[in-house]
Amino acid sequence: MASTIRVRAQANGPTTDVQALIQHPMDSGFVKDSDGNLVPPHYIETVTFEHAGKIVLTSNWGPAVSKDPYTKFSFKGGAKGDVLNVTWVDNLGKTDTVAAKIA
Amino acid sequence: MHAGSSESHDLTRRATLRLLGLLGVVGMAGTALADAPGWPVEAFKQKTEADALKQLYGKPFEVSDKVTLEVPEIAENGAVVPVSVSTTLEGVTSISILVPENPFTLAASYKMSDATMPAIGCRLKMAKTSNVIALVEAGGKIYAASKEVKVTLGGCGG
Repeated sequence: MASTIRVRAQANGPTTDVQALIQHPMDSGFVKDSDGNLVPPHYIETVTFEHAGKIVLTSNWGPAVSKDPYTKFSFKGGAKGDVLNVTWVDNLGKTDTVAAKIA
Repeated sequence: MHAGSSESHDLTRRATLRLLGLLGVVGMAGTALADAPGWPVEAFKQKTEADALKQLYGKPFEVSDKVTLEVPEIAENGAVVPVSVSTTLEGVTSISILVPENPFTLAASYKMSDATMPAIGCRLKMAKTSNVIALVEAGGKIYAASKEVKVTLGGCGG
């Protein structure tokens, strides 16, 4: 099954630059559908980025994060070929994870 | 050999289910009994700057020119407003972003390790023209920067 998470992790000297794009509706619960009914809230709550057993970033999100959420950050360490594990959990308990390779 | 491999498979499945149980997630049914572990429930319920700040950090902030907040002056599409926060402060443990004119003030909150560069890029929804406030927790203190973003098409779909 294809992952909902697309990661570009680039080793850049002493740091690793990360950009992640996650496929997710991030429904806030405030928007109505074409029948006039509120689309229930369905959004990612946490995303963790883990490298060599250390969580380098935890994102705590609310419904105000845009659909198909994007994250850009960098961390010290990480070398080409290393694995960066990215995992998200949403408010409905759904989850996905990917083991991305640092390029 | 056959029995051995299915046995270890069973152990892994049991261990995973136990972990899922601990997380409060009913894996089979796909229904959550609780929010994601560690997610700051109370902070995300708040409707004012002061309340969100209190729930997040429990201490006051000082405005600092060492916090750089990059946002567009005018957001044509309130559903996708690019926000970048960076800082020259050291010992940064957390960066949070508030949008006071949104239904819930707190948009996102990030926790950094000591190996993480103190900068974040993200895209947020803005219901209407509002200040965007970046809060940086560094060395146990909170620093802030704020900018107004004019929103022409609100991000709440209305």
